[in-house]
Amino acid sequence: MGILDSKVPSGPLAEKWTSYKDHIELVNPANKRNIDIIVVGTGLAGGAAAATLAELGYNVKTFCYQDSPRRAHSIAAQGGINAAKNYQGDGDSNYRLFYDTVKGGDYRSREANVYRLAEVSANIIDQCVAQGVPFAREYGGLLDNRSFGGVLVSRTFYAKGQTGQQLLLGAYSAMNRQINRGKIQSHTRHEMMDLVKVDGKARGIIARNLVTGEIERHSAHAVVLATGGYGNVFFLSTNAMGSNVMAAWRAHRKGAFFANPCYTQIHPTCIPVSGDHQSKLTLMSESLRNDGRIWVPKRKEDAVAIQEGKLKPLQLKEEDRDYYLERRYPAFGNLVPRDVASRAAKERCDAGFGVNKTGEAVYLDFTSAIQRYGKEQALTQGLHNADDKEVTKLGKAVIEAKYGNLFQMYEKIVDENPYETPMMIYPAVHYTMGGLWVDYNLQTTVEGCYAAGEANFSDHGANRLGASALMQGLADGYFVLPYTIGDYLSNDIRTGPIATDSPEFDTAEKEVKARLDKLMGGKGLHSVDSYHKKLGKIMWNKCGMSRNAKELQEAIDEISALRADFWENVKIPGIADGMNQELEKAGRVADFLELGELFAKDALTRNESCGGHFREEYQTPEGEAMRDDENFKFASAWEYKGEPKDAVLHKEELVYENIELKTRSYK
Amino acid sequence: MKLNLKIWRQQDAKSKGKMTDYSLGGVEGDMSFLEMLDILNEQLINKGEEPVVFDHDCREGICGSCSLMINGEPHGPDRMVTTCQLHMRKFNDGDTIVIEPFRAKAFPVIKDLMVDRTSFDRIQQSGGYISVNTSGNTVDANAIPINKHAADEAMDAATCIGCGACVAACKNASAMLFTSAKVSQFALLPQGQVEATERVQNMVRQMDLEGFGNCTNTGACEIECPKGISLENIARLNREYYSANLKG
Repeated sequence: MGILDSKVPSGPLAEKWTSYKDHIELVNPANKRNIDIIVVGTGLAGGAAAATLAELGYNVKTFCYQDSPRRAHSIAAQGGINAAKNYQGDGDSNYRLFYDTVKGGDYRSREANVYRLAEVSANIIDQCVAQGVPFAREYGGLLDNRSFGGVLVSRTFYAKGQTGQQLLLGAYSAMNRQINRGKIQSHTRHEMMDLVKVDGKARGIIARNLVTGEIERHSAHAVVLATGGYGNVFFLSTNAMGSNVMAAWRAHRKGAFFANPCYTQIHPTCIPVSGDHQSKLTLMSESLRNDGRIWVPKRKEDAVAIQEGKLKPLQLKEEDRDYYLERRYPAFGNLVPRDVASRAAKERCDAGFGVNKTGEAVYLDFTSAIQRYGKEQALTQGLHNADDKEVTKLGKAVIEAKYGNLFQMYEKIVDENPYETPMMIYPAVHYTMGGLWVDYNLQTTVEGCYAAGEANFSDHGANRLGASALMQGLADGYFVLPYTIGDYLSNDIRTGPIATDSPEFDTAEKEVKARLDKLMGGKGLHSVDSYHKKLGKIMWNKCGMSRNAKELQEAIDEISALRADFWENVKIPGIADGMNQELEKAGRVADFLELGELFAKDALTRNESCGGHFREEYQTPEGEAMRDDENFKFASAWEYKGEPKDAVLHKEELVYENIELKTRSYK
Repeated sequence: MKLNLKIWRQQDAKSKGKMTDYSLGGVEGDMSFLEMLDILNEQLINKGEEPVVFDHDCREGICGSCSLMINGEPHGPDRMVTTCQLHMRKFNDGDTIVIEPFRAKAFPVIKDLMVDRTSFDRIQQSGGYISVNTSGNTVDANAIPINKHAADEAMDAATCIGCGACVAACKNASAMLFTSAKVSQFALLPQGQVEATERVQNMVRQMDLEGFGNCTNTGACEIECPKGISLENIARLNREYYSANLKG
């Protein structure tokens, strides 16, 4: 086992980042013009990094598989972005945001990184407002906030239910400004196929032009991977269809350690699965838990009647409903963190209290909120004699203003009106806390290769709090990487352009082409999707919301066998040197088939329950997660050694100097 | 249900395309339109044929990738949805469905139903931003109070997903609704005032250069827009454009 150096600066927690910035090496503006940086992925982290690095003067080349950077999946984030502004005067501070994030992550994240995140969070809001991001406002013209799970303050800024879209379009506009100045060369419909290392340093990538099929060489002095998470290893998730692990996994194979793959976030409020044809799952924002109350029937016979369609939820009296989150967690109620809410829903459904045909759904009910808001509106509008109908109408209008687009989306998908009948929701794979291991500089274990946003592992520990992904992506891109990468590149001012005709590029290109040939040369028995669906089933059943040693071992064996079958028998029509969407999918699924096995191995190694990782063997009598700080207070960083079963574990011991480790309680 | 599909197939930008007939059974109402196409593609792959190429990604109506002309309407018969959110319950057993790519000179076909919409990106690159540095040295967010009504209107304009339905719906293939949405967002906010003149002039110039047609106020764009972007934005763009030209 090796030792990982997190390179956390010394000094008091609150001064680390400032003092770090005061002492790093800088690159003079004239020299920046001679330095190239590749940014793969153009979501919040990648787009923000590309814009800022270009603005500083570096030559930036961006790559994304979509037809435009504006379509990266950050766009789908709904509820909001956290920032320790304390505009509400409710006691928020950098420390509290830091504390909530570390606690929310079940004490498995790196203190210094999280504090830095909290520290720069306020600046993100300033920056985005300056860019013209239309955040929600109060009547006085100041910014509005809402609450999210796992915290006791209102620190979430939002733009209706489309916060991710607005922030991404902000970063996209900042990129556009640099593209217009010629400082960013944007390569869309391109996929990174491999990382190229020269003398041990990341010096470029091999990319495939998805329209022409051409294999291209691109060099740079540093490579930033901001390629998102790997939730699609489950096939069904809230990720976009194209979201994949390829770039990160290719880097992993070239020496970048992969950290905590088993830390996955299962989001509690998604639209339940409707059938086998389903291609993806849709999230209903956590912000709905501000006003929605989650329940199932108290009596099993009522649940069965509902499942059979003989009983409607509105026919069930208040006293016959079990608001199980309010019952189990009175302090946080419906706003417990995501991992806790998801497991509680699974527990009720497994016990037979689910409310849809398959028994895999719970209710999210807005009736009380509609009444509460309606009464408030009636008062403020001077309607003292408003009847029930009037109150309900006023209340619905408030709910519509807050969550209108989400309600509409629900109705389109499920064909039920959520203003009239409670929504049905069920947990689904949403976000991956694990990712490429990075040090304080966001550098992976490959020199010159950086990872930002969801693609890295550093800030959320074993569970991410709501509205923190947008915060982390933008913090990494706008405010962290531009400093840390400069420190590294200060050694490269005399290097000159990196040649693409070196033997390293030759070899990398040859390997990429050989891999594509191998994929195209399968026996042609089964489609790529059929393998992806099989992998997803194994992952969901054996590596999902709860895990145990026996099933994890089975998962490892099954995935390994499925991978061998895939390479032997996959069927890809068409040609490699042209547009071929099946070939694109095949490359991604091939990497998921390796990652999935490492995921299960990581989960099997971690003999404790923490955050999103729940091992059935390690729980309290009440069914709460039981952490083992004595033996597992570390981040697992896996080194690639060929087959996933041969991966070597390195441990980064997590040091808590500023927070006392406690059992996480939301009761 | 069982459907007759007529789908545009085209090998690449240079090849000639044609409508091809497919018959598809086992379609359920809960499927999205794209999931219906997934089933068709799975069948084609199993037969050793090339699947139908189309753009799609988030499948929750926000990324703007999907772009199908369904029975002559962008994103199909349902209002306020993208193709990925259109569900098969809107169709009946035995229906014939015609599926084409978005058609416009500025959206050349790449393959089958996939078109090249980078002209939209170039319009944004010509001025769809506020020129502030992203270094973080800016004023406190609450130092710029913004009227709630203006902020809400700016937000409504900003929800454009850049799918191109407005262009596909327009008999002139005009990109006015798309361009005006961004111009409006910034025109409504104090942060956008500083560069208002150059922004609208540059964006309109680029829009014309890309080969988009003129606006003749038919309003088809507004009806087909999956995000309900209002025609008022076009009026606002015109106002911004004329006043910018008067300023010089």
